[in-house]
Amino acid sequence: MKIGVLALQGAFIEHNKMLARLGVTAVEVRLPQQLAELDGLIIPGGESTTIGKLASAYGLIEPLRQFAAAKPTWGTCAGMIFLAKDIGSQQQPILGSMDITVDRNAFGRQIDSFETDLKIAELGDQPFHAVFIRAPVVTAVETTVDVLARLDDGRIVAVRQRHLLATAFHPELTDDLRLHGYFCGIVKCTLQANR
Amino acid sequence: MATNGQQPTPNATGTDKVKRGLAQMLKGGVIMDVVTPEQAKVAEDAGAAAVMALERVPADIRVQGGVARMSDPDMIEGIIEAVSIPVMAKARIGHFVEAQILEALGVDYIDESEVLTPADEEHHINKWGFSVPFVCGCRNLGEALRRINEGAAMMRTKGEAGTGDVVEAVRHARAVNGEIRRISCMDEDELYTYAKEIRAPYNLVRETASLGRLPVVNFAAGGVATPADAALMMQLGVDGVFVGSGIFKSGNPAQRAKAIVKAVTHFQDAQILADVSRNLGEAMVGINVTPDEVILGKRGW
Repeated sequence: MKIGVLALQGAFIEHNKMLARLGVTAVEVRLPQQLAELDGLIIPGGESTTIGKLASAYGLIEPLRQFAAAKPTWGTCAGMIFLAKDIGSQQQPILGSMDITVDRNAFGRQIDSFETDLKIAELGDQPFHAVFIRAPVVTAVETTVDVLARLDDGRIVAVRQRHLLATAFHPELTDDLRLHGYFCGIVKCTLQANR
Repeated sequence: MATNGQQPTPNATGTDKVKRGLAQMLKGGVIMDVVTPEQAKVAEDAGAAAVMALERVPADIRVQGGVARMSDPDMIEGIIEAVSIPVMAKARIGHFVEAQILEALGVDYIDESEVLTPADEEHHINKWGFSVPFVCGCRNLGEALRRINEGAAMMRTKGEAGTGDVVEAVRHARAVNGEIRRISCMDEDELYTYAKEIRAPYNLVRETASLGRLPVVNFAAGGVATPADAALMMQLGVDGVFVGSGIFKSGNPAQRAKAIVKAVTHFQDAQILADVSRNLGEAMVGINVTPDEVILGKRGW
C-alpha cells in the first residue's frame, strides 16, 4: 500500500511520520506524474490559497480531481477546503470532490485557535484530541455525506463520503494514530474491492 | 475518560500546541513583508503563506535611519482586512506593550524583531503570557533556545535584513544546524557543559539533541532576494522562508513573489528552479554586509 502526501506547502512531513509509524510508505507529491501508482492521498494542512495556486501552476488540479474521483483521499484543514464543492465567495482553486460547503477561518483569528476532545463514534469510546488552527467548519452536507464528528455546539468538523475523508482539525499534530489508521482502512477496502 | 459521563475538556486556546502548530502549517511557504493592503493582495495572489505587515521594509529603515517602531494599527488592520492568509506584525525587542497592542488588533503572529529599534537592551518579551504566538530571530543555537525558553513558538535566522545579501542567513542557518548535529552525538555529561557554554537551558538542549532539530519550526530570514537564495536556504535545512525587502524593492514584485513561492516548494528540482529564475527583472539593489554597516543581527541578547 502506497499513500501519497501532497507536499506543495504545509504540514506534510507530520503526515509522513504518522504513516511511517503505521508501517505505510508515504510518497511526497509535488508534480502530476508523482500520483501514478498511489493507492491513496492525504492533502495536509497549510494555507489553502497557497496550495491551490501551486497546484494550478503545475497542472495538478485536473489530475487530483481524477484521483479523488477514484481513490481514497483525505483532506485535513486546508485539505478539507481544497476537497469541498462550495467554499462561499472565496476565489481560489479547489477540487470540488466532496458534497460539502465549507467556511474558511470559521473560528476567527489565531488567538481563537484551540484544542478540544471530540467524540468520533467510528474510532470507539476514547475521545480524539483535536487541534484546530485557524480552522474551517462544514456548514452544509448533502445526503451523500456521513458526518463523523461535531463540536459540542453541533458544528460539523469531520465527514466521510464513500472513499473521501475530510477533517477540520489536525490529527498529524497529535500522537493519536487512529484517524490515520482509519484512512488506511479505507485505502485497504478500496484496493480489495477493485481487485 | 468521556465514557463515564465526565464533562468534556473545554476548548483550550493559546496553548503551546496551537501556537507552534500555526508555524507548522506555514512550513514550505513564503512569508512576505508588505507595507500596504495592495501589496498584501499581490503577496496573497502570488501564493504567500502569510504576510508581515510593517510601515517600512528593512531596506528603507536602513537608508532612512531613526527609531523604527511598531506599525500604525490602522495600517495593520487594513492589511488584516485585505487578505485571508495569516498576518504577522513586528514589535520591538523587549517592548511588551507593543506586543499587547498587536495581540489586541488580532494579528496572527508577532515578530519580536531586531529590525526595529530595541526597546530593552537586556530583556526580551516574556512570551508565555500571550495567547498570540511569537517568532524570534537567532544567529546560533544558544540564542534560539533562549528565545524558545521565553516562549517563542517559531524561530527564524536573523540574516541581515534589508541588504539583499544572503550571506548572514546562510551563516546563521549553518550555525544552528551544525550545532544541532554536534549535540546529537554528545553524552549527557557533555550536554550539561555545552548548555552552560551556549547559555541555553539544559532541558531544551537535551530535547533538541534527541529530536535532531529545533523543537519549533525554523525559517530563513534576512537577505533572501532570489528564487535561488530561497532554495539554498531550504536545502540548508530551514522549514520555510521570509522575504522582506527582496520582493517589493525589485523590478517586478508579482512575478518575483510567484517565483520564490515555487522555488520553496520545488527547492530540490534544479530544472524548475532554472525555469522560475528566468526574466524576473531587476533584483533589489544589494548592499554588501560589511563591518562598516549597521549590523541589525547583533541586536538581541
